[in-house]
Amino acid sequence: MAGRQFIMQVWRGDAAKGSFQEYRVPAAEGMVLLDVIHAIQATQAGDLAVRWNCKAGKCGSCSAEINGKPRLMCMTRMNSLNTDEPITVAPMKSFPLIRDLVTDVSFNFEMAKRVPAFKPRPKGPDGTHRMQQEDIDRVQEFHKCIECFLCQNVCHVIRDHEDNKKHFAGPRLFVRYAALEMHPLDTNDRRELLKDKMGLGYCNITKCCSEVCPEHIKITDNAIIPLKERVVDEFYDPLARWLRKLTAKGS
Amino acid sequence: MAGPYETHEYDVIVIGAGGAGLRAAVEASAQGVKTALICKSLLGKAHTVMAEGGIAAAMGNIYPEDNWKVHFRDTMRGGKLLNNWRMAQIHAQEAPARVLELEEWGALFDRTPDGRILQRDFGGHRYARLAHVGDRTGLEMIRTLQQHAVHKGIDVYMECTIARLLKDGDRVAGAFGYWRESGRFVAFTAKAVVLATGGIGKAWKITSNSWEYTGDGIAMALDAGADLIDMEMVQFHPTGMVWPPSVRGILVTEGVRGDGGTLKNSEGKRFMFNYIPEFFKAETAETEKEADAWYEDKKNRRTPDLLPRDEVARAINAEVKAGRGTPHGGVFLDIASRRSADYIQKRLPSMYHQFKELAGVDITKEPMEVGPTCHYVMGGVRVDADTTATTVPGLFAAGEVAAGLHGANRLGGNSLSDLLVFGRRAGLYAAEYAKKFTGAVKAGVDQLASVEHELLTPFNHHGGENPYSIHMDLQECMQNLVGIIRTESDLKKALGEIARLKQRLTRASVEGHRQYNPGWHLAMDLHALLEVAETCTLSAIERKESRGGHTRDDYPKADPSFGKINLVTRKKNGALSITPEPLPEMPGELKQLIEEQK
Repeated sequence: MAGRQFIMQVWRGDAAKGSFQEYRVPAAEGMVLLDVIHAIQATQAGDLAVRWNCKAGKCGSCSAEINGKPRLMCMTRMNSLNTDEPITVAPMKSFPLIRDLVTDVSFNFEMAKRVPAFKPRPKGPDGTHRMQQEDIDRVQEFHKCIECFLCQNVCHVIRDHEDNKKHFAGPRLFVRYAALEMHPLDTNDRRELLKDKMGLGYCNITKCCSEVCPEHIKITDNAIIPLKERVVDEFYDPLARWLRKLTAKGS
Repeated sequence: MAGPYETHEYDVIVIGAGGAGLRAAVEASAQGVKTALICKSLLGKAHTVMAEGGIAAAMGNIYPEDNWKVHFRDTMRGGKLLNNWRMAQIHAQEAPARVLELEEWGALFDRTPDGRILQRDFGGHRYARLAHVGDRTGLEMIRTLQQHAVHKGIDVYMECTIARLLKDGDRVAGAFGYWRESGRFVAFTAKAVVLATGGIGKAWKITSNSWEYTGDGIAMALDAGADLIDMEMVQFHPTGMVWPPSVRGILVTEGVRGDGGTLKNSEGKRFMFNYIPEFFKAETAETEKEADAWYEDKKNRRTPDLLPRDEVARAINAEVKAGRGTPHGGVFLDIASRRSADYIQKRLPSMYHQFKELAGVDITKEPMEVGPTCHYVMGGVRVDADTTATTVPGLFAAGEVAAGLHGANRLGGNSLSDLLVFGRRAGLYAAEYAKKFTGAVKAGVDQLASVEHELLTPFNHHGGENPYSIHMDLQECMQNLVGIIRTESDLKKALGEIARLKQRLTRASVEGHRQYNPGWHLAMDLHALLEVAETCTLSAIERKESRGGHTRDDYPKADPSFGKINLVTRKKNGALSITPEPLPEMPGELKQLIEEQK
């Protein structure tokens, strides 16, 4: 290990121009990629822009494309990469670049503002909400989302078609919608919005989002497909629609 | 040339968007005043997101015997009675309502078999009391508050760093900072300001804290004339990761011990039985057999593995010093031999993930290696217990930046509840203050030339000191000289080093331009980091006893006369002073609660 160096190709630049620049960093045991970036900052490029907070995979700030793969820098151990070759670190491609590895992710925050709020049913007779664990397991899976936006970054609908951002919420937001729609206490109905304004139909379930999720949320299988089914039931299945009208909100 | 700056006018601005800041902004806005929330990072990334174990609240869902009085007693005893009794009382009384309110806003806590909120055991709490979501409670809390705030239409200024508070005479009148994205300055005028900026852990080398924890709120308050108290009281969490070096300090939740994990030394001995202090003898199991019985029936005396954090951190420190540590200088934390793999993965998913990914350790099969890590500052800005008002009119503070609730040592789980209870109160009373304020807000935004010049100085130096090196040297200094075990000679050495670092900071230089420049940001942070490091060290010299988060090798015992005072830090004409002042007197009926040894 002694004397070994990582050869890093780190993207430097802003929206106008930029290029990969090479840095060499002495290897130490157990390093993650974010450690290497920090080492570059501390000794070679004090102004290298990178977003990070917790360095423990809990805040979802340090998303980047490492050797072309979208990942969290803090959870990418150097020994999981082929360090005989130079390692490239680039900003997420689907968002406008601010500087170096930092992108403008405000699209996601704007989309979040458009989500109709949680609206709980009244409390039970004892003044609390009773819920069974098995009824909230699925929603708790969605609540694991750390908003790293890697799923948004890889989604073809927006990665390859910038224009679609106007009418496509993206996987992160679908997980949010699913969490609300399947919340045992929620009484809002967001299905029409999902169908007409949030572009749920654009998703052709290629599962790229699920593959990159650092929290291993089954975005496509557990969130998007069930949402699609709910929309279909509501708007394209007359029998189910009629049955649902008899109950308050449906499943 | 100074200004003109982009300027925004508000009734209330809240600086910091962790649990306390979000809760304060939600409350202020609900009171009908124009409110802004300003944060250094993106919304939802604040340090609260890292909180693992849970929110302490005496809801009595598991043990009906639990109530605010027991929670109050536990908090006071855990804090070695240095706490502000009124804050501890309000906190214990209001926490359950704050938890239920989160549920009303969409949070989903783990459930009991009868469908209520499940509560978990934690150190120093007599009953299972922590409402939680696996080991990612902070994430649930911050996301719930964040989404609620967004739906309420509160203005949020993200990646906007506040560098100075603005004043009009004695009162606070706004804040001045810069946008990270553009590097441009921005000013806020406000009738009231809430500080919710968190702690100071980035002054230490081994820390569980994120990059934001640079003490900027505490330093800004001090510079604005506010009193600080208890700055010597720093919590070293007993269980941080120790290996590999790059992850040293990352938190391992106390929930591991609450859910059945025990501490062992290199000889395989459960050493905590040798470290039970007199103060906690009556309620702590004396033998392994007795402790094991507690896991089955919580009516038994509890295992010493769950003594308050200060006790456990010192014990681990002593074991390692005595040569009974692990190969990497920690001790073992073993849950695999008591609990099934299924149980561990369900209760502690993020710990499982963290060790697997970062250390290559499967905690369902092997023990973890853990050691103390700088985690929390009990000291901070002095506040009024009921209103969270600081000693500067118009300035309020809540959460870790404020002091008093936790005394000399914070119990696990009491932080998230602190954020909710006092975050709400800060928003409420800041709004009330703003409504009553009738004069014009004069923040002196046209008089900031000297501040602007000061903030930009590092760009004018070339080939000067590297801010990253200054930071690393400070962390080394605080780790070695102002750590878990302190002595007067070390502390004085630290003061000398901090003075040298301050000199070096005047020569700091940064490369590049102002747009999203982390080196520049760090140079600004260092002003605060060095100031809080100095106040901590000065205060630590003055407290000539050992209590809670402050252990003096040269004064190893608690001294009753020090148990009656706060150490108050003030800054006048650039000079710091430390003054002992008596703790607020506790009413007799509350004293009785603490003395009861049931």
